[in-house]
Amino acid sequence: MTMECGVFHTTYTSDIALRRVPAERLRLGLFVIVVIAFPFLASPYWLNLANQIAIATVGAIGLNILVGYTGQISLGQGAFMAVGAYTAGLLTLNFGLPWGPSIVFACLVTSAIGTFFGMPSLRLKGLYLAIATLAAQEIIEWVITHWTGVTGGTEALVVPAPQLFGVRMNTDFRFYWLVVILASATALFTANLFRSRIGRAFLAVRDQDVAASVIGVNVFRYKLLAFATSSFFVGLAGALIAYYRNIVSWERFTLETSLFYLAMIIVGGLGSIRGSFFGAALITLLPALITNAGRMLQDSAPAIASQLPNIQQASFGLIIILFLVFEPKGLSKLWQNVKDYFYVWPFAYRRGEGRH
Amino acid sequence: MDTFLQLTVSGLSTGMIYALAAVGFVVIYKASDVINFAQGDLLLFGTYLIFFSIVQLNLPWTVGIMLTLLIAVAMGLLIERVVLRPLIGEPIISMIMVTIGLSSVLRALANALWGPQPRTFPSFLPDGVISIGTAVVGFDRVLAIPLGLALLVLLGFFFRRTRDGIAMRAIADDQQAALSMGISIPRVFAIAWAIAAVTAAIGGMMLGNIVGVSQSVAAIGLRVFPVVILGGLDSIGGAVLGGVIIGLLEVYTGGYIGHGLNLIVPYFVLIIMLMVRPYGLFGKPIIERV
Repeated sequence: MTMECGVFHTTYTSDIALRRVPAERLRLGLFVIVVIAFPFLASPYWLNLANQIAIATVGAIGLNILVGYTGQISLGQGAFMAVGAYTAGLLTLNFGLPWGPSIVFACLVTSAIGTFFGMPSLRLKGLYLAIATLAAQEIIEWVITHWTGVTGGTEALVVPAPQLFGVRMNTDFRFYWLVVILASATALFTANLFRSRIGRAFLAVRDQDVAASVIGVNVFRYKLLAFATSSFFVGLAGALIAYYRNIVSWERFTLETSLFYLAMIIVGGLGSIRGSFFGAALITLLPALITNAGRMLQDSAPAIASQLPNIQQASFGLIIILFLVFEPKGLSKLWQNVKDYFYVWPFAYRRGEGRH
Repeated sequence: MDTFLQLTVSGLSTGMIYALAAVGFVVIYKASDVINFAQGDLLLFGTYLIFFSIVQLNLPWTVGIMLTLLIAVAMGLLIERVVLRPLIGEPIISMIMVTIGLSSVLRALANALWGPQPRTFPSFLPDGVISIGTAVVGFDRVLAIPLGLALLVLLGFFFRRTRDGIAMRAIADDQQAALSMGISIPRVFAIAWAIAAVTAAIGGMMLGNIVGVSQSVAAIGLRVFPVVILGGLDSIGGAVLGGVIIGLLEVYTGGYIGHGLNLIVPYFVLIIMLMVRPYGLFGKPIIERV
């Protein structure tokens, strides 16, 4: 936290507020207005994309807690999401549990399984841990496709849409409110988590684990806690996907999904909630935008249109490489640069590097 | 006994291909501490390049192989220069993600150039079968074993006897000391990527012969992880032995147990190894622990 020039806090409440400067509160207000007005103005197509982005934001924040804030690399995101989705789907389908409790259950189960697969982090770090979570991904995927009695194997589960106050959440418009509220709650929880003792311990483990253990942070305990917290939200994202799509199929939760989410937090910015949202939006919108561009080119350049899937895949890879080479701190840093530029505009101003 | 012999030979040749893929991986890791998720896509390029030069350009197969290897070297150098060099010294997550991005780009490129449909490939290795005892195996599969071994002996020679090979080991041991002895680190990293691309291309050529030319070749890239963890991330001999063990294990579980269990047995081995002996059978037992 840096001090802002010319802003004087006279009460503790204002000093510890999440948004401490009028400009920040103004931006937040504008953002809230846009989010509330959006579904009334947008076409169903854009509403669908917005829902996908909101769900992806929950998943990306979950992954960022683990990778960006605690420094534990995980390639098992897809499988953990699958656990959330299948748990929620099966509870609703087999036991008729309403969506609320079954989502909570799904989050808890994912959290437990995530913690279990986080256990190797006791001995491993860095790329060894990444490889261990890769194994978790493959093993969970295999269990889902082969445990036919419970998961239906390679057949997809069909899950009914959730019901809230007697209203079925079966349209994009209705579902929008559900995901936006849950995504906001996730963001708020995470923002506060990293102002708390536990969150600070996560950061200490990431920055220098030996030093953390010297000052009395139980490194293994906090690593497991990070896996648990992270998987909780990852499970939430998985369960939301189950209810949103009404179909749970293992194909949605492969290693590719894990890589997509890693790309989101890399492109958005490691260890940043705002970045998780930016990254989720960019990586979700990218294929959609390319498809749209391809449709426009259908007549003028059919050769390009036919290469569309390849262009999508290549641009996914390129965007990761370009960000890592040119702006490793991601979109979140770019946004910060824009804000800094306008800070005392039209005068030049450079803010210190330490600001996040 | 029949099945056993049959399975053993096919396991050995599968293992050799894993070993070829793994060796490139180990060379890169040894020299630059980067784990390369694009190894499978380099294999894929090897397969398509040999297809391209023999079938599409209609070259004789000796020239075709030379051309493939040349392009592979160029690709390795280019990748190192453009993608990896700017990231020297960045955290591990960046290194992992950049090779993942690379893998995505390479796969899209292969797809755009050669299309998604599997191609058939007039095999340039002599076909026909060999009977060993009572087992009957395709000649191309058996050939993978001596060819792979020869290549690995060659690499062993490179690491022990040549200037660049020794420089590479020096860098792996202590970057700073190597630098102060006047070793050029970028040059050695570039050589490491060229070697990795070449071994992948050779593995890709053999795979093209055995399983055909298709996108599925890239999936082998992921099988490399159990192999290298079992053998030790920085040991070439370990990669070979690991490849053979994983290959045999896969084939035996596939043959005797089934249920698609052969697909995940390597990962169980991986987890057990990580728990018990994370540096592998032959790796250097220096691993950062918390």
